[in-house]
Amino acid sequence: MSVTVKIPAQLRAVTDGEGEIEVDGETVGDALDAVFDEHDDLRERITEDGGLRRFVNVYVSGEDIRFRDGLETELSDGDEVTILPAVAGG
Amino acid sequence: MAPEALVCRECDASYPLEARYVCERCFGPLDVAYDFADLDPAEARRKIQAGSPGIWRYADFLPFDERPRDPLEPGLTPLIRVDRLAERLGLRDLWVKNDAANPTHSFKDRVVAVALAKARELGFETVACASTGNLANAVAAHAAASGLTSYVFVPADLEEQKLLATGVYGTRLIGVKGNYDDVNRLCTQLCETRPWAFVNVNLRPYYSQGSKTLAFETAEQLGWSVPDRIVGPIASGSLFTKLGRGFSEWIDLGLVEGGLPTFNGAQAVGCSPVAAAFAAGRDVCKPQRPDTIAKSLAIGDPADGPYALDLARNTGGGIDSVSDDEIRDGIRLLAETTGIFTETAGGVTIATLAKLARRGDIDPAERVVAYITGEGLKTLDATRDGFRMHEIEPTLEGFEAELESTLTPSGAPGGSSPGRTADPGLEPATAGS
Repeated sequence: MSVTVKIPAQLRAVTDGEGEIEVDGETVGDALDAVFDEHDDLRERITEDGGLRRFVNVYVSGEDIRFRDGLETELSDGDEVTILPAVAGG
Repeated sequence: MAPEALVCRECDASYPLEARYVCERCFGPLDVAYDFADLDPAEARRKIQAGSPGIWRYADFLPFDERPRDPLEPGLTPLIRVDRLAERLGLRDLWVKNDAANPTHSFKDRVVAVALAKARELGFETVACASTGNLANAVAAHAAASGLTSYVFVPADLEEQKLLATGVYGTRLIGVKGNYDDVNRLCTQLCETRPWAFVNVNLRPYYSQGSKTLAFETAEQLGWSVPDRIVGPIASGSLFTKLGRGFSEWIDLGLVEGGLPTFNGAQAVGCSPVAAAFAAGRDVCKPQRPDTIAKSLAIGDPADGPYALDLARNTGGGIDSVSDDEIRDGIRLLAETTGIFTETAGGVTIATLAKLARRGDIDPAERVVAYITGEGLKTLDATRDGFRMHEIEPTLEGFEAELESTLTPSGAPGGSSPGRTADPGLEPATAGS
């Protein structure tokens, strides 16, 4: 599946300023791994012990992946995978 | 005394005091760090007592070098000893901090006053927020008072009272077709593309500091002492954790004696991600899709959930949840015993307090403070079926007949005394109690 991963402003220093990265992947985890392959520093910023850090939210087409299958959430062609900080609101 | 930097709560990375809220190294939340090295506690107390009658009397503990100008100063709300409520709950030293007594009738005036002062200092001309209602009222009003343009984003299905009490200030009110977490996600995204101060996104580290003033006032109003226990609502967990931060700062600096109170958090069953994590022994919250009448607490993905859990656990407290019926009963119990009419969030707090008392978690001798964070007129639906009006002809006979048939308490117990029917699990109501 070809999807777009959207990178938040706070992480663009490690993606050479790129805000959107096109990758292939069957699941959210695959897509993120593909992004990490291109920008290795990103992995350490948002993951810990193989999972997402606790203040990182990931959405597929607007829906929090924790309401689906987390990193195992399956992707469709053209999906948008959005990474956002989880420290806003209230 | 001065704010020094923004510091990451997770990894201690330090940043300048700008409009930023996320650590670029680990994505953790940023918080304001202060230099209190020169503070003399006795002098600090004197300065506070000689200060303004609101939150800016605590300016030395807020993120400014000088006291900002504020045309709508909130704070110094009543802390009331509530003996009739205490008696109903089997407690002896119970207090209610009525923070509905603020300019827009909720505690959000505190955080917004701080955030907007910082927005002006940083040169922003437009402010915005993602709100469950109370924040919307406060941002719209304080922006109007300061002459700032404002955009207020709320779930479109919010209570009508909260929409009206926002729109009246001339803000740009945006109703988002979704729940609060959708609104929050949208604002987090907008924050990247608009040169605006989102009070609870890019200004959140400053904004949240305003909640410390609730702890400061409580301590000052109790004669520079801390209560044994507090009960407060949890939505994002920001208020709850900053109450802890406020008490801790003053304890550490020697302004007050004693240790941190026991912290009890209150959530609605229909949106209880923090209570569920507490019960399950987890240190992170699983998000929920909210379904509760307590819309001001309906945050399914609470940003400060992990810190609220830490605070409750570290102080020997807890986080409980109560049903919508218990919330309605809590609103009525508070009104009937204290004369304070609170919104659904206050109903959550009082119902949780009642649950703790019933369970025997509170020693009757403990000094307990319950935080009432919003006004009952904002959520009128929650009280709609709690009583009935006795409609009569405008004649003496009409009144006498009604009195005879339904209004005399000795007549038919339970027949026509609404409001007594479903006490939130307390001892049976007795006449005169």
